[in-house]
Amino acid sequence: MNKIKTIDEAVSHIKDGMTVAVGGFMGAGTPEKLVDAVIARNIKNLTLICNDTAFTDKGVGKWVVNKVVSKIIVSHIGTNPETGRQMNAGELKVELVPQGTLAERIRAAGAGLGGILTHTGIGTVVEEGKQKLTVDGKEYLLELPLKADIALLRGSIVDKKGNIYYSKATRNFNPIIATAADVVIVEAEKIVEVGELDATDVMTPSVFVDVITM
Amino acid sequence: MIQDKDRKREVIVKRVAEELKDGDLVNLGIGMPTLVANYIPEGIDILLQSENGFVGLGPSPEAGNEDPDIVNAGGQPTSIVPGGAFFDSATSFTIIRGGHLDVTVLGALQVDQEGNLANWMIPGKMVPGMGGAMDLVAGAKRVIIAMEHTAKGAPKILKKCNLPLTAKGEVDLIVTDMGVIEVTSNGLLLTELAPETTVEEVIGATEAELKISENLKVMNV
Repeated sequence: MNKIKTIDEAVSHIKDGMTVAVGGFMGAGTPEKLVDAVIARNIKNLTLICNDTAFTDKGVGKWVVNKVVSKIIVSHIGTNPETGRQMNAGELKVELVPQGTLAERIRAAGAGLGGILTHTGIGTVVEEGKQKLTVDGKEYLLELPLKADIALLRGSIVDKKGNIYYSKATRNFNPIIATAADVVIVEAEKIVEVGELDATDVMTPSVFVDVITM
Repeated sequence: MIQDKDRKREVIVKRVAEELKDGDLVNLGIGMPTLVANYIPEGIDILLQSENGFVGLGPSPEAGNEDPDIVNAGGQPTSIVPGGAFFDSATSFTIIRGGHLDVTVLGALQVDQEGNLANWMIPGKMVPGMGGAMDLVAGAKRVIIAMEHTAKGAPKILKKCNLPLTAKGEVDLIVTDMGVIEVTSNGLLLTELAPETTVEEVIGATEAELKISENLKVMNV
């Protein structure tokens, strides 16, 4: 099965109104070519799942500036002033989620779990409207799974089967969102033959990956 | 009390550094807490965590030597020390939430006498998002607040926080330019005074009730 496609073919999976999870932390580990291609195709009304909205000229921050997204589910927007402006103007819905909770909600969706229990957010606005459970005398919030239609990853080295190695701090949310979307697209910095990437160094197994592009 | 802005910072971060023990895994918040790394006492070997996905956070690289694949939690270029390790965000917060992080040092907008912390938003003004702060404060074994005692003269240590909370009842220690305050089950206890500072000045700059330790010392900074 040939998973290698052009950027354009890869992005053709994304339709208006879909929920798209994107890897990266403040832009580090974000597939910039895929981000740019979505803007170029004039796709609109996406719901974004990402750690943050990066910067106005980097990562998914460009989606905010170009009005690709109508809703975002993120932990931090402080480095992108356009996100705050659109939020205050009522142009963009923003759901802020504690970073660890965000990671675990996505992981739960990918792992087939019905949710996770976390102490994070107890006694804060984060607990509003959520079920609380007590386990061994400690109070937890029930946080529900978070799944996407599409996941966009950046892999540093990807073999032709779709096994991924992430360099240094670019790993962040990439291997987690790889498990929690219907279609998983990886933008490779480098594509290698099957066997060139040692099976021990694989961080996202090919079974999660549908499309490889670069 | 200390007037000079730089001296205030120095006193706070030096004193926080004294709290760290050999072998500690520590997360330093953005801003002033980051400076604590410059004052780690000799012979104390600590490991710094960067919540975007590694332990072994090193110094900022020199201009021209930045590696775009190594950034800190603020997205700025940084480095990793020998013996460090990279991982994904779920592992990063397993470390934070699972009781593996010894100390987190953060700034605050407000802290109160029940150990509640507000440091992530001012409604209508500043809503950057909580990032990893809520997990850090809820999960770290020890939560140390490093901040100036007042904001433009107004107390930040209150009877009750009125800004949205980051976490409830999780703060252990408050280090300011005026003193060191422990959060105990009986309220706030002033254990140390900053140099050139009096107990009366601290009480005057604090809205919360302060108990004064019988063994009140002067900060060794």
